[in-house]
Amino acid sequence: MSLRFSFDGRSYLGEPGDTLASALLANGVRLLGRSFKYHRPRGLLAAGSEEPNALVEVDRGYGARTPNLRATQVEVYDGLVARSQNRFPSLGFDLQAVNDLAAPLLSAGFYYKTFMAPRGAWAKLYEPLIRRAAGLGRAPDVADPDHYASRYAHCDVLVIGSGPAGLAAAVAASAGGARVILCDEQPRFGGSLLADRSARIDGLAAPDWVAAQVGVLASRPEVTLLTRTTAFGWYPDNMVGLAQRLTDHLPEPDPTLPRERLWQVRAKQVVIAAGAIERPLVFPGNDRPGVMLADAARTFAVRYNAAPGQRAVIATTSDTAYRAALDLQACGVEVALIADARLRADGPLPAAARAAGIRVETGMRVLATRGRRGIRVAIMGRIDLDGRVRNREWVRCSLLGMSGGWTPSLHLFSQSRGELRFDPASETFLPGASAAAERSAGSCRGVHGLDDALADGAMAGSAAAHDSGFDAALPAPCHVEGAAQAGWTSPVPARRKQRRAFVDFQNDVTSKDLLLATQEGFHSIEHVKRYTTTGMATDQGKTSNMNALSIVAAELGRPVPAVGLTTFRPPYTPVTFGTLAGYSRGVLFDPVRTTPVHGWAAAHKAVFEDVGLWKRARYFPRGDEDMHQAVARECRTVRSAVGLFDASTLGKIEIIGADAAEFMNRMYVNAWTKLAPGRCRYGLMLGENGFLMDDGVAGRLAPDRFHVTTTTGGAPRVLAQMEDYLQTEWPELQVWLTSVTEQWAVLAVQGPRARDVLAPLVDGMDIEAAAMPHMSVAVGSIVGVPMRLFRVSFTGELGFEVNVPAGHAQAVWEAVHARVEALGGCVYGTEAMHVLRAEKGYIIVGQESDGTATLGDLGLGWAIAKAKRDFVGKRSLDRADMTAVGRRQLVGLLTADPACVLDEGAQLTEAAAAPVGTRSLGHVTSSYGEATLGHSIALAMLADGRARLGETVYAQRPEGAMPVRVVDPVFLDPKGVRLNA
Amino acid sequence: MPDTLTPDRLQPRDALPILFELPYDARPLVVPGRLLLHPAPDLARLVLRGDASALGVAFSLELPTQPCRAVEANGRSALWLGPDEWLLLASPGTLVPTVSVPGAAVVDAGHRQVGLILEGPSAPDVLAAGCPLDLHPTAFPVGMCTRTVFGKAEIVLWRQDNARFHVEVWRSFAAYVHGLLERAAPL
Amino acid sequence: MLLIPCPICGIRPEAEFTYAGEAHIARPAEPASLDDHAWGEFLYARTNPKGDHAERWRHTHGCGRFFNAVRNTHTDRFITSYLAGTARPHGTPSAASPDAPAMRNDTEQWGQA
Ligand SMILES: [Zn+2]
Repeated sequence: MSLRFSFDGRSYLGEPGDTLASALLANGVRLLGRSFKYHRPRGLLAAGSEEPNALVEVDRGYGARTPNLRATQVEVYDGLVARSQNRFPSLGFDLQAVNDLAAPLLSAGFYYKTFMAPRGAWAKLYEPLIRRAAGLGRAPDVADPDHYASRYAHCDVLVIGSGPAGLAAAVAASAGGARVILCDEQPRFGGSLLADRSARIDGLAAPDWVAAQVGVLASRPEVTLLTRTTAFGWYPDNMVGLAQRLTDHLPEPDPTLPRERLWQVRAKQVVIAAGAIERPLVFPGNDRPGVMLADAARTFAVRYNAAPGQRAVIATTSDTAYRAALDLQACGVEVALIADARLRADGPLPAAARAAGIRVETGMRVLATRGRRGIRVAIMGRIDLDGRVRNREWVRCSLLGMSGGWTPSLHLFSQSRGELRFDPASETFLPGASAAAERSAGSCRGVHGLDDALADGAMAGSAAAHDSGFDAALPAPCHVEGAAQAGWTSPVPARRKQRRAFVDFQNDVTSKDLLLATQEGFHSIEHVKRYTTTGMATDQGKTSNMNALSIVAAELGRPVPAVGLTTFRPPYTPVTFGTLAGYSRGVLFDPVRTTPVHGWAAAHKAVFEDVGLWKRARYFPRGDEDMHQAVARECRTVRSAVGLFDASTLGKIEIIGADAAEFMNRMYVNAWTKLAPGRCRYGLMLGENGFLMDDGVAGRLAPDRFHVTTTTGGAPRVLAQMEDYLQTEWPELQVWLTSVTEQWAVLAVQGPRARDVLAPLVDGMDIEAAAMPHMSVAVGSIVGVPMRLFRVSFTGELGFEVNVPAGHAQAVWEAVHARVEALGGCVYGTEAMHVLRAEKGYIIVGQESDGTATLGDLGLGWAIAKAKRDFVGKRSLDRADMTAVGRRQLVGLLTADPACVLDEGAQLTEAAAAPVGTRSLGHVTSSYGEATLGHSIALAMLADGRARLGETVYAQRPEGAMPVRVVDPVFLDPKGVRLNA
Repeated sequence: MPDTLTPDRLQPRDALPILFELPYDARPLVVPGRLLLHPAPDLARLVLRGDASALGVAFSLELPTQPCRAVEANGRSALWLGPDEWLLLASPGTLVPTVSVPGAAVVDAGHRQVGLILEGPSAPDVLAAGCPLDLHPTAFPVGMCTRTVFGKAEIVLWRQDNARFHVEVWRSFAAYVHGLLERAAPL
Repeated sequence: MLLIPCPICGIRPEAEFTYAGEAHIARPAEPASLDDHAWGEFLYARTNPKGDHAERWRHTHGCGRFFNAVRNTHTDRFITSYLAGTARPHGTPSAASPDAPAMRNDTEQWGQA
């Protein structure tokens, strides 16, 4: 069954199991992209996730457009729509290929050099031009329409990679019952074995052996098998991030399925079997389409039956390319020449190649390539010791397979903070000492041959199981025949200086750029990297880092380890943001906390505001009212009749125990010992630094029991601070704390008619002023529901706060609301609450105070029980600075224009004119338009404010300074007549 | 002025129906053969803090002192939440709240939080969408209970059976926890 | 996400914990007897070593207890943990020695990719 897909608008057929890369190759398409900087035509370099060139965009058609996918990892399905990137107007004819002619201008560091001056030109001229000219895919311009899943997982052994070493490790590790997770980035397990046409393991062809092992693993209940799953990042204490692609390969995925799942795997032990990546050769024209890694060419031919060319030249410094040549020949590709840069090539594979009739030349290398949009000719030659070229030869070909040896994939090992060790024999870095509970196996630690890798994997798997507490007998070794055995090492031969041979294909960095950087004095690889951008593309230099390092080291005449290796960082391959966000989108981004009365408020058209995670009703507009009108009406109604307000978000803590009063004495500035049960006090809590931390009313329910309230936002912090002191400083106190924030809903009934509202509802309780004066608390019931009734006020009016169990709140609310309406009252929201309290000069912690305000500054010094020997923060109050002249103090402000509403945060100055450098006298902390007083009001923190009462200062505004008169912060009823009614 | 207010904890709140709906869509969620997510039955809840033996006597139940373990007896469950903290769950009406336990504190939390039940073989995996604890039976056996996190909310998680978990969550976080479970339920 | 050993509950994920500053800094019994400098030292002076550091954590979303732990600030590994109010266990490396430099901007650790 063939699959129809499109690439750049043209329709092609692919086969099940194809990647976009293999399917396009099979269709003869060799040009897949334009390069990042020079817009050079590019084809496939690799067959796996290390591919730097063939980045494509896949369009699902419903807004799900994903850029920068590697064509070698995009699975073909029926209806796949893919496009090339970074070309204009088309891939074949790219106007910006003119960048290639301007290459001398775009050399290493060109950003820094060319655009120094004029400064302004950068943003206006150069930056947009460069952005358009250089770049990868287009970022999606709509919200990601897909959804994503996420899961924590735990295992004894996580095995990363399912090539021969990984498979053997997983089988060995799980044999004794250990929990094992095996993941692989490919759609099928097997890794390199899927492209092995000659090896037989335990008598089975390699793919059949893979299937047998996967069968064994699948039969073990404690094994989790994850294909299409990239281990992208290593995090502390063996947490490994896996990105599992769930639906991208499906023609019509079920829309309820997540597109990808993030696995956060906590593994007792990890076996890294990430394999090795073949190294390109560096020669001019090495980026021409048709020039690819020899083993990639082999993989396309063997695994995907996609001929990467008709006539091949193989250029190599290692024996494995001979296997590529043999396999390509067996797949019908004519191999014109194997050019081995080494002077000798005598291993079994070279011998086999010669025996197969392939022309093998040693000491020969590629000098250049020719061909428009694809290689047609490889110019070969020998270079003598004087650097002269001899035996130049033009070889016609459509494929140039190159191999500079193999680079062990160290990314995850390095992320785990393991030490890298340089192996001079293979001129590669290998895993050294571990920093985490992990071990590498197979070719990612330089163990390359198939039988060695299988044995290494099995050993690593059983050792990992053993180290996580399981019996793990080492399985019998596999019997391997016909595998490529020898010659994986490949010293990189010295190069003569050559122009524009590509090192980093994705970021378009050439050997010349690297030489330039060293000439300009960059001698550390970290600096060279930043200057040239080598290794900084999305592929993180998988195919380029070692070549860059070799070139820099050779040029500096220093050993490779002395130049250093750049740091590997997550992610191994790019991970889409949706996967990292997981469920944390939309309504699940954060918990949305609502009060028990929320539904009622929503049904009554409340406009809500966010207060921390809470939704609070801000105001209840009627008819066409805007916010100001609604708030003014709500304020007037409270002052003239009565208002009902949902104060349920207030933090509440029940403090119980024989030492409860002593504990209160220590935590709060106030005196609590003599507070009688049934009475309340406005409590103020300091930090040990003496500054205000939180406030709230506390009621004494019994000698050993207080009901304490906190600010909405401060509730967790206050409880944590109390627990801290109890547990660590005063463990001898008999006191226990319990949060009851969500147990009790709070209905504030405020206004001259408040008592009239409640009296008929409170089941016979006496709530007259004599029995329940201001700042008292009583326990009873309201419409049959248990209640704690506080007589408190945050409005300056006669007020009660009805506390009822949350589950009964709505019923009580409706009963109270009916009374409120009947008496001409209304509900009010947080905005009116703010205005009403500001008219009364009541502060809000965090609005008037900012962490540097003392109680004295805020006019609250009266609350401090100075006779107490100690309380939290007391010692700090004795510091001279805490009472120094010039501190900012709370004042009220009246604007010269009574209609003017100042901006909160506006700076106050002595004079109207405030040239740069003018010293601020303070700032506006709260500001509200006219509500009940006939003019706007503001609160401010003003230097020596209380000494300035009656003076005029200036509030700075964008439209000009506004004169303001400094007044007492209590605008309404300073004697508290209304309050105590 | 009385010396002590009539303690509200003596109020028989169990006699009153809970008039407010649960703060989320409380219809059971079924993934056939894999998961059933439904609200826990109405429960009386007390937070007990302080002296384990005094509290045990007062509530006729030996409180667990082993960390993160729950005990059930006489229709009551006591969940260890901290060295001096337990959550006592019981059917409404069966719990007689006690007045005052010397050396201990008793607080009604019946309305502070709600319960959710997850049943079925997928329950651990669905919980793993937001809970970073290892829920394998060897790491989180039947009878284990603990405060932990689920996504960005705090929960109490209690394994009542191999494939049955009881989740307690503060009421204002319940919609979030329920929503996240619902989102993760199809796996 | 780190794994943190709660001395009561065992090893648990970092998401359940809150950091609470350096350990073994007891609140003075008589703050009033301290001069401003001594009080300032109590409030603000911390050792901030590069290396083993005794510090307080709270198992906030667990047993709720504050406890002490020794963590290496360079490797970010926990060495031990113990109950609040108990002394730093014998055998754990002692608090910052004079030759342990204060944390500096560690480019190796924090440098950008
Ligand atoms: Zn704990």
